Amino acid sequence: MNQVPLTHMLIVSTGLFFIGMYGLFTRRNLITMLMSIELILNSVNINFIAFNKYLYPQTLEGVFFTLFVIAIAAAEAAVAIAIIINLYRNFHSIDVETADEMKF
Amino acid sequence: MSASAVVFYILSALILVSALLAVTSRKIFRSAIWLLFSLTGIAGLYFWLQMEFVAAVQIVVYVGGIVVLIIFSIFLTQQSGKDLPAPLRGRAIFSILAAVAGFILTAALLRGYAFPAPGQPAPTATINNIGAQLLSTKEHGYVLPFEVISILLLAAMIGCIVIAMKTKPETK
Repeated sequence: MNQVPLTHMLIVSTGLFFIGMYGLFTRRNLITMLMSIELILNSVNINFIAFNKYLYPQTLEGVFFTLFVIAIAAAEAAVAIAIIINLYRNFHSIDVETADEMKF
Repeated sequence: MSASAVVFYILSALILVSALLAVTSRKIFRSAIWLLFSLTGIAGLYFWLQMEFVAAVQIVVYVGGIVVLIIFSIFLTQQSGKDLPAPLRGRAIFSILAAVAGFILTAALLRGYAFPAPGQPAPTATINNIGAQLLSTKEHGYVLPFEVISILLLAAMIGCIVIAMKTKPETK
């Protein structure tokens, strides 16, 4: 582990974050946008674990933050997919451009 | 370069390449499978950092839960065999520009930053330590966030049921 500097690990997570951001900008399908959000959350998790492991190995704070982020991501994905399926039932499409009214 | 560093760079390449394919693939099911590879690579990265518990949670929750949920919802909502529309040219160009500019800025800042030296290495992240501190009510204990997140999960579960419930009965 000590052969790889912390900077390289942070650059990997930065790349993952901006790949997710690119997906969020270009995709117009709700499920693929949700996938991009998962990539962004995972890049944050890598950062927490890397800082915990490299800079503060005597504590466990990064592990707890990662576990909480994973739990919140799971809850968010479940609610998002419930909303997506409900939207599909009403509009027969999950493209964000077609879902232009809130009340029906 | 030692074998450990080689493993790290292979894992990083796997993560980044499959993430890139996940956001650019035109077939939504392949996109979900590339996401699966990327998340598995991240779990491998946690194993490489000797965070076995986090890696196990990553595999159980992300690979076993979220990706399966996403694949189910693809089957429920998507006509099979239909390609996603390509992104608009102007939007794609400006998104690439924004992402590359952000990446270069952050990478340049990271390369110039001097991180402090690590503190004294002590207890490893064994499941024993994690469990004891997660449910501890003393200082540096995480029992309150733990309870809050359990309430959040309950709220999410009830919310899912309410949202997915049929509002009006089918009239024939």
